[in-house]
Amino acid sequence: MLNFSKLRIFFVTLISLLFILISSSNFFKFSNELLNKKINLGLDLQGGSYLLLEIDNSPVIEQKLQNLTITIKNYFKEKNIRINNIKLLDQKLSFDVEDQFKQVIIDVFTDEESDLNPYYPRFKSHQLEISEENDIFNIEYSKQGLVELKTSSQDQALEIVRRRIDEIGTNEPNILKRGNDRILVELPGLDDPMRIKSLLGKTANLTFRFVTTNTEDSFGSEKLKYEDGSEEAIVSKRIILSGDNLLDAQPRMNSETNETVVSFTLDRVGAKRFGKATSTGIGKQLAIVLDGKIISAPVIRDTIASGSGQISGGFTFQSATDLALLLRSGALPAPLNIIEERTVGPDLGQDSINAGMIALAIGFLLVILFIFFKYRVFGLITNIALIINLFLLVGILTIFEATLTLPGIAGIILTVGMAVDANVLIFERIKEELKDEKNNLIAFDSGYTKSRTAILDANITTLIAAIILFFMGSGPIKGFSLTLGIGIFTTLFSVYFIARLLTVIYVIKNKEKVGLI
Amino acid sequence: MIAFNNHYNKFKILSVSLVVISLLLLIFKGLNFGIDFKGGTLIELRSTDSKINVSSLRDNLSQMNLGDVSVKKFGNETDFLIKFENNENKNIIEEIKLNLDKSFGNNFNFRRVENVGPKVSAELLRSGIIAISVALVLMLIYIWIRFEWQFSLGAILALFHDVIVTLGLFSLLGLEINLSIIAAVLTIVGYSMNDTVVIFDRVRENLRKYSDIKIFDLTNISINETLSRTLITSITTLLALLSIFFFGGEILRGFSLAMIFGVIFGTYSSIYIANTVLVSLRVSQKTILKEDEKS
Repeated sequence: MLNFSKLRIFFVTLISLLFILISSSNFFKFSNELLNKKINLGLDLQGGSYLLLEIDNSPVIEQKLQNLTITIKNYFKEKNIRINNIKLLDQKLSFDVEDQFKQVIIDVFTDEESDLNPYYPRFKSHQLEISEENDIFNIEYSKQGLVELKTSSQDQALEIVRRRIDEIGTNEPNILKRGNDRILVELPGLDDPMRIKSLLGKTANLTFRFVTTNTEDSFGSEKLKYEDGSEEAIVSKRIILSGDNLLDAQPRMNSETNETVVSFTLDRVGAKRFGKATSTGIGKQLAIVLDGKIISAPVIRDTIASGSGQISGGFTFQSATDLALLLRSGALPAPLNIIEERTVGPDLGQDSINAGMIALAIGFLLVILFIFFKYRVFGLITNIALIINLFLLVGILTIFEATLTLPGIAGIILTVGMAVDANVLIFERIKEELKDEKNNLIAFDSGYTKSRTAILDANITTLIAAIILFFMGSGPIKGFSLTLGIGIFTTLFSVYFIARLLTVIYVIKNKEKVGLI
Repeated sequence: MIAFNNHYNKFKILSVSLVVISLLLLIFKGLNFGIDFKGGTLIELRSTDSKINVSSLRDNLSQMNLGDVSVKKFGNETDFLIKFENNENKNIIEEIKLNLDKSFGNNFNFRRVENVGPKVSAELLRSGIIAISVALVLMLIYIWIRFEWQFSLGAILALFHDVIVTLGLFSLLGLEINLSIIAAVLTIVGYSMNDTVVIFDRVRENLRKYSDIKIFDLTNISINETLSRTLITSITTLLALLSIFFFGGEILRGFSLAMIFGVIFGTYSSIYIANTVLVSLRVSQKTILKEDEKS
């Protein structure tokens, strides 16, 4: 264990110097591309917001099944089969048919080429599942059908969330999928997520619909409240225009009324429809409905053929800006709920960095002093190895541009405390060996050899804990397991290469000395 | 040489009672779960007006219909921690801000806001429990591969003791269990195992070396031989942890405290519980020779 070739000495020195250089790039600026890497600070250290959003898919499922009722009716009408008592309850569609048609229905829904019920050959499953109970058919989404639906609404929602956040212009947001119905949003540097939360909390489903007086509108009608909750109006279900037809939306000041409004531009299809509706509907009220509430319902005075218009509704400049932003970025496929939020202000983050660094400095100093007084020359060697160990650890975090959290700093401090264990095991073993063995070189050699299994055992057990934490833990805890886990490898390197090299040099020089350690 | 073995029986009783008391505490008093596991909202406030105190804040917030509100000082005189249960109102934080500004003037800095919904907290609790269980099982497998079953049993009992007694102490003192405590418990599992394995390694080595020494004395020799290492490592680890506890800020305090307890219990259990099990199971040279022959 005491042999070191020149080549190995060279490499150990090289690696140590390299990592010291890499670590220092966190504190100095290098022009070199390779060295210009930095450890990322977690949200708990630099301040920022972490939001976990869950997509509420039930309205989407309801809507799709609702649409399916019409499709089913029409499809079987062509085949001269009457569908009776079709209704939607608890995300389940139920209906019945005359007995002679039962088999036809089942065949249509279970055929792999079915027009009504798409088949996913990859998962050997249909989108919908049909079951029969007391002569009544039940149709609901199959497991795979639900997965497909959720994944697609997650994809859409992710895109809209990204657009909305980009519009606000926060720096380097991190927007990720979680599971198949969640979206994780990390917004570094943002200390008040109020506005983003309210923007993400809105579906922003915009429709233009006529206000009707007769409740027997052929498309059906519904009673909707105004945004301010003051009144109600009966609004047709027929959609003249929707948010999809918008090309652009901007907050504006109306020079005549001195009111803040949102002006919009429509695409070609939208402009055509809007023109037609405004020409036939002069004198009627056109309701502008956002997420089931009426923003305003102006009376149409003139045909609007230009394909642009204004929405007024007692906006402040802020609310007009937000509405314009929502309309520009498009509607979410389904409502989002914020199920977890963690926000840290920048000054608390800085306080945490300071406290962590002070704790690291003091912990480091205490350990170094203790070891030095305990082992003197070998304490010095252990301490040099410990310092290089710290550089290796910081260097590896830097190379991978890993994220450092407050618990991550705790992991580094803990590594400092536990890293000396290996050297202590070795030195204590050498002391024991020296009781029977007078030759320093032999005693040191067997001390290293005999302590090896214990050191490996000790580090593997800690590594197991760190790995589990890494895979099970979330956010800051992951940071802890990362520094603890990497710390184990850097510790083994610093003990077996750096500390051992220095020990060998010292022992060979003093091989005749009695009471070396 | 210190005669640790003279006290095996006394400490056997102590360990068993500690575990029993802890279990009783865990069953009847339970753990003080933080919002990570219980759900709810947490706000860390800093006030610039020194007249604002816990009771004036509490009075003000209790009028807001927040359910069970807890207001505590957090670290120093001007920092407060407010906690309340899950609230249906999505704009609750904004409303609290407005309400506090109205009552106390614009004197607050919201340093930290955390809100964990019921679904997420249930998931976090489940994954925390899974993490600790998986860790224990993996340690069990590791030690089972490395040592004879008698040793494995000793190490695992020591491990359970450390985890249970640390949690028991948290229950007794009413300290909050949050995500970082799970990290601490897992690290304790690693540390306790590490300590036990080092002593067991020596026990096994000595079993090979001396065929005429009974396990009762042999464990004592092994403990003494590894004692200075055990102490030095515990001391350096505790030095690091104490500096986190005192200087690392309020957020890491619970974590470092759990670790400090864990290191102390871990050191104790690897000397007393792990070795007592070996003695009780009458481990001898034959135990390890049988295993050697097999492999």
